[in-house]
Amino acid sequence: MKKKAVTLFLVITSFVLVLVGCSGGADEGSASQDGKTIEFMHLWPEGSSAQHHKIIEDIVADFESNNEGVNVEVEVLSNEQYKDKMKVLSTSNELPDVGMTWAAGYLEPYVEGNKFASLNDVLESGLQDSFVSGTTEAYAIEDTTYGLPLELNVAPIYYNESIFEENGLEVPQTYEEFKQVVATLEENGVDPIALGNKDRWTGSLWYMYMADRIGGPEALSEAINGSGSFEDPAFVEAAAKIQELTDMNAFNAGFNGLSDQEAKSMFMSGQAAMYMIGTWDLPNYTTNEDVPQEFRDSVGYFKFPTVNGQGDQSSFVGGPGVGLFVAENSDVKAEAKDFVSFFVEQWGERSVQDAGVIPATKVDAESMDLPQMYVDVLNDLNNASNITLFADVQMSPDAAEVHLNQIQALFGGEITPEEFAEAHQEAMTSEE
Amino acid sequence: MSVNKVMSNKWMIAFYVLPALILVGILIFIPLGLSAYYGLMDWNGIGEMEFIGMENYINAVQDMKFWDSAFHSFLLAFFSTLSLIVYLAISMILASKIKGADLLRKIYLIPMLLSSVAIAQLWIKVFNPSNGILNKMLMGLGVENPPAWLANPDIVLYAIFIPILWQYAGFYILIYYAALKNIPESLIEAAKIDGATPLQIAYRIKLPLIAGVVKVTIVLAIVGSLKYFDLIYVMTGGGPNGASEVMASYMYKLAFSTNDFGYGSAIGFLLLVITLIVTVIVRKLTADKEELQY
Repeated sequence: MKKKAVTLFLVITSFVLVLVGCSGGADEGSASQDGKTIEFMHLWPEGSSAQHHKIIEDIVADFESNNEGVNVEVEVLSNEQYKDKMKVLSTSNELPDVGMTWAAGYLEPYVEGNKFASLNDVLESGLQDSFVSGTTEAYAIEDTTYGLPLELNVAPIYYNESIFEENGLEVPQTYEEFKQVVATLEENGVDPIALGNKDRWTGSLWYMYMADRIGGPEALSEAINGSGSFEDPAFVEAAAKIQELTDMNAFNAGFNGLSDQEAKSMFMSGQAAMYMIGTWDLPNYTTNEDVPQEFRDSVGYFKFPTVNGQGDQSSFVGGPGVGLFVAENSDVKAEAKDFVSFFVEQWGERSVQDAGVIPATKVDAESMDLPQMYVDVLNDLNNASNITLFADVQMSPDAAEVHLNQIQALFGGEITPEEFAEAHQEAMTSEE
Repeated sequence: MSVNKVMSNKWMIAFYVLPALILVGILIFIPLGLSAYYGLMDWNGIGEMEFIGMENYINAVQDMKFWDSAFHSFLLAFFSTLSLIVYLAISMILASKIKGADLLRKIYLIPMLLSSVAIAQLWIKVFNPSNGILNKMLMGLGVENPPAWLANPDIVLYAIFIPILWQYAGFYILIYYAALKNIPESLIEAAKIDGATPLQIAYRIKLPLIAGVVKVTIVLAIVGSLKYFDLIYVMTGGGPNGASEVMASYMYKLAFSTNDFGYGSAIGFLLLVITLIVTVIVRKLTADKEELQY
């Protein structure tokens, strides 16, 4: 008898809980009925990008207090989950009113499927001038811009100054000097370069720089967009140089099975001397209080060296990161456009000061108190002769998949540089 | 009595079955039909669909990468089935009143209580080439260049099988243990009186009596392996360069990374067909003429 009573009690409580759960959800929906609701989805969770998350919260709060009756509903997902959810939502035509997108290749299917609204009117209302030139273009297809970029990144090589000092090393200017640095570190039992090539785009950065230095930025851009060829001897040589580095054990052991996150922690714990990553990581080496001061002070950066005396050191691999889009079928399009415009303006200032990242809008560095490394990177960026957009972002998803797999195979020594070039060419020609 | 009365009414039976049937229909059979249908389309998952007939299915059959991934899935199925022997042996030992059997059983069950992602994170750390416990141990034993487990394309697949098998060990041990505990003690006693050795009891008496359960676990292991996804996705993403790709991860990659929902759906449907065929074959092979009774 007693047992029965307990079971009954449990069943009833769980039922009540379910009902409460449901009604909670219903409440949220009805609260917005008197005003307008902008759904906003972003990919900077509190855990992994605390500063970004905080800035977004502030901007949303400011926007809501400036605009009576408009409510912004925020949903946060981490990077990979975000990409998956975008796909699922767009198949059922339920994209959020405002969300984040990447440039070029990522954007294309959404534009072709008529999912993103044109943001030309937002730009023409004066916002265009506040962007660094070349950044909004990456989000444009045939003169229509579908995304407003938030970040601008280039990828320098960060290095641990104290490790360099201990081994009596200087910052290399040429590839020959670079090899010397690698050889010395390797001899002294330090992993020269931290690389997490499970993520694949990390290795792609190294190849792209090598190709840029040997073949030049124009040839590289042409090869990536399909008008040139990856079978150009310069690019085969670049692939061979990558294998030369892997043969020298320039990268940490087992890099093909390690994520970028794991590689980063190797660099940040002083196990590896160098690490190439985008400038979105700058806060870790400048302002992030969670990283020991001692380590932050010992990190410097240098530009990818010239190779065979060729190449321009101020040519970078990089480009705008995520940008904001407005959904074409949004029922609050006007408010959504106001929101992205407000967001971009606010982001420009706060991202510099609070997060220490480089926004796609122009930064007035002099009026702010910024870490020296940040100012240096900003100067390099302003003096850059060229920025080649990340290959996997620029290529169509199919070609990017081939490229990324080939990168893993090239670094892993599974294929020859010639086969690497061939596979690319095949993928690019089958596109047409 | 009244229960029997209600159950004799065919309409009442249908009525009681209906809710579950509707759920299964909506959640399983309709999506199945839809994925077969999407497989006939050229569709990037975002824009308009275009009907292209059997092209995706024809491409899939000729796609070497798909067959590579299918081979990997079958390898996993093979090892999962093989490992059942070990689990069965462990369960026999656990069920035979040894000291601490209860505690050991719980220890074996722990991996089952962890989520796949947690297991993946754990084993990523174990396999870490320079800081992982495995390579640290090997280096301590004097191995000079321990392998990079998840980076070497020749090893990665087998390396990743270990946590997958480990993950499900507790599940099968639990099933076998329960089945073995169900065998009446009198049978074992009788065998002992007749002079059967423990090995004979295990092989001649216990095993035949739980044959039904063993068959079910074989099907579970094979089907589970063929559609396996979780750890592969988290630990290697199918890499390096497809060396650890299985059918489900290949399907996911096509649909979500290369924006080819039509092709991905076709692969998904093929995965179902392959799994169904294998299941039927396994059932046929393990079919018994006579059911043993206690």
